[in-house]
Amino acid sequence: MIGLTINGKSHKVDADPTTPLLWVLREQVGLTGTKYGCGVAQCGACTVHLDGAAVRSCSIPVAAVAGRRITTIEGLANGTKLHKVQQAWLDNEVPQCGYCQSGMIMAVTALLKQKPKPTDADIDAGITNICRCGTFQQVRQAIHAAAARA
Amino acid sequence: MNDMNDLLAMNRRRFVLGTAGVGGGLALGLQLPLAATAEAATPAAVPEVNAWVVIRPDDTVVIRIARSEMGQGTLTGLAQLVAEELQCDWSKVTTEYPTPGENVRRKRIWRDFSTGGSRGIRASHEYVREGGAAARIMLVQAAADQWGVPAAECSAANSVITHGPSGRKTTYGKVALAASKLEVPKDVKLKDPKDWTIVGKPVRRLDTRPKVLGAQIYGADLRLPGMLNAAIRDCPVQGGTVRSFDASAVLGMKGVRHVLQVGRSAVVVVADTWWQAKTALAALPIDFDEGPNAKVSSADIDARLVEGLTATEAFVGNSNGDAKAALSGAARTVEATYAYPFLNHATMEPMNATALYTPEKLEVWAPTQNGEASFAAAVEASGLPADKVDVYKINLGGGFGRRGFQDYVVQAVLVAKQLPGIPVKLLWSREEDMTHGRYHPIMQAKLVGGFDAQNNLTGLHLRLSGQSILADVFPANLVKGMDPLTFQGLAMPGEHGFGYTVPNLLIDHAMRNTHVKPGFWRGVNANQNAIFLECFIDELAEASGKDAVEFRRALTANHPRNRGVLEAVADRIGWSKPAAPGIFRGVAQMKAFGSFVAAAAEISVEGGNKIKVHRIVAATDPGYAVNPAQIERQIAGSFVYGLSALFFEECTVKDGRIEQQNFDTFPSMHIRHMPKVESIVMATGGNEPWGGIGEPTICVAAPAVLNAFYRATGKRVRTFPLKKHGITFA
Repeated sequence: MIGLTINGKSHKVDADPTTPLLWVLREQVGLTGTKYGCGVAQCGACTVHLDGAAVRSCSIPVAAVAGRRITTIEGLANGTKLHKVQQAWLDNEVPQCGYCQSGMIMAVTALLKQKPKPTDADIDAGITNICRCGTFQQVRQAIHAAAARA
Repeated sequence: MNDMNDLLAMNRRRFVLGTAGVGGGLALGLQLPLAATAEAATPAAVPEVNAWVVIRPDDTVVIRIARSEMGQGTLTGLAQLVAEELQCDWSKVTTEYPTPGENVRRKRIWRDFSTGGSRGIRASHEYVREGGAAARIMLVQAAADQWGVPAAECSAANSVITHGPSGRKTTYGKVALAASKLEVPKDVKLKDPKDWTIVGKPVRRLDTRPKVLGAQIYGADLRLPGMLNAAIRDCPVQGGTVRSFDASAVLGMKGVRHVLQVGRSAVVVVADTWWQAKTALAALPIDFDEGPNAKVSSADIDARLVEGLTATEAFVGNSNGDAKAALSGAARTVEATYAYPFLNHATMEPMNATALYTPEKLEVWAPTQNGEASFAAAVEASGLPADKVDVYKINLGGGFGRRGFQDYVVQAVLVAKQLPGIPVKLLWSREEDMTHGRYHPIMQAKLVGGFDAQNNLTGLHLRLSGQSILADVFPANLVKGMDPLTFQGLAMPGEHGFGYTVPNLLIDHAMRNTHVKPGFWRGVNANQNAIFLECFIDELAEASGKDAVEFRRALTANHPRNRGVLEAVADRIGWSKPAAPGIFRGVAQMKAFGSFVAAAAEISVEGGNKIKVHRIVAATDPGYAVNPAQIERQIAGSFVYGLSALFFEECTVKDGRIEQQNFDTFPSMHIRHMPKVESIVMATGGNEPWGGIGEPTICVAAPAVLNAFYRATGKRVRTFPLKKHGITFA
């Protein structure tokens, strides 16, 4: 049994310690907002926060995150109030197919914690998620919009 | 902890609850699961007004959408078209997918479910608008009947019906039940486009909210009570078969339930979780007979294509005059050879499908671009009669043409058939997805242009050599052996018509097929044809000492809409004025999927090989623009797909198999590579068939960038991707 703190709640899961966090989240905790895209930390669709920092959950064994604070896309909103990044995503109509967007939003929220008013160069350096629909123009616009919010 | 079975048991309920509150496309969710849940979640069933429109007592408007939503916005666009004629309150609109099985039972009342070829809207706008108009007429008639007044005295706007003389009002929700009992009128009159209030406007997408919450359910996310998970390995070489596998090596591993053969060529491990299945699959010894293609390499395929460039026999796709005579009599000729590689679609969500089989009923949940094709595949694979099968469409994590193919659906059904009563979700790993694609066809081209002594272009021969998609996928659609689709953008007048007038023209195709399965990859053959033609047009312009835009203007005198988009991008980029120091420009234009498209790019190049694409101005003239904001997003997004291919992507073959396994060797652009894209949406109207949106514009980005790169460096790159030449993004 491995103890996990996900979106502020405690969970105990029975998983092989080498199981990637991604699959524990999706298959054992039932949080499917975090997506599988590549399994090798290339695409970022599986991005979650570990103690507030963005990590690629497909490449982190669950045993390594026991007792640490994990936040997924489902834990970002405060009740019915969207996180400002989610609101900016909605306002700027960022998603197309939407599959990569959970990971994109988690990467951006972590970036904004470090750099509340990121420049375009900060965004270029900090966001390396793949989006095959190609929403980057809206992503950039929405990041600046979110940064402009209090 | 949550016991797995409890969790799965809960999930069906949670799935429905989780989708019920978020509106928009999430009415879709209600269509997906089993009948019992759908009933529990839907308020008392309301009869439809007609096949396209359901109106609930609370005035919610449910519009039925036959095509699939994969990010391209068709769901919203089709709803706009129905809502326009329905004259309903747009803020009350939601959508649902009818199932393919229901379509069969109702004699294809929703017609085509196929979502490819950029046809979702352009091929159905008329009949979906008629559906909305018919529903409006019925609702107004129902109100008039209740009031005992002539329908002609009543009008409808914003879901409210008003009786003019008395001022009485009612709402659609109040008369929908009565309207549903009326006969559906035929020969309804559609609005004049100038009176549109919802179509042509940049209304917001209906499906955004669940996607920012992580609540959107994709095929890969589906969980059903008692469901098992399957990981698959198909023979790495197309055409091979399974000889044997040693299930005992993995059956003792935790969670592993079954090891099964699927068809002739694949093996699955079925386990409690997909991670367990995938882990066991990696440890499973499988002996494949790799078949007759086991030694094929990219070099072999290339050699066959090179041979085709000068072969005597070729299918003529377009010709006028006598190009061969014109070229042999030319004062001067220019010649070039280009090559374009295999490409994987690499949708963000790998292929998957879920199936539940019993001898009495097969249910399939599929993120599919063609629900009817999934249905047909499921019927065939199961051996059940069609009335015992249905397919529920689930949101797609990208499609780009890949999900029109049904290989993953067939596999899921073949697995489920071996495990009656147990729902099984089959999910491909990224590696399986990369190596079992339906690849963008490989193609080469040899182009020869001839000038007379006065420097006039007198002849052009464009020889294509390479793979035909239709020969593999729809051989019945070949025309005396020729694949007309090969000539997208180069064809005789039509949706892919050649956009120049050349006095002596020959465009032909030496078909050279390979064992690597071809597919429709966003933009399809327009991608390479635009590079071949539009880079070579620049070569010809230069050879004759003419400006790239002026040269094209002269050749488009008889092609006003081609010229229109060309001039639009030239004007917007400021072609007539010099670019800023260090900035170089290129243009391209084409007609594809019924739309006229052009692009003008501005780039800079560091060190001769590091490209920064600063800006691309794109124009598209589809005739009619249902949602201009969505069109702009499609254009900008398609450039990411197209430029990722140009810079980074190719699938190569070694020992019969595709070598690239994941995004590390098949990379995709990041935000730092993204140019500023400015779109000019030209809704020029008229009576020509409407053009498509999702695919046409992708093709002009690459040649515009390549033409700019030539101007910057004097280097003409003719084989792709650019990384092969050490050229990358700055």
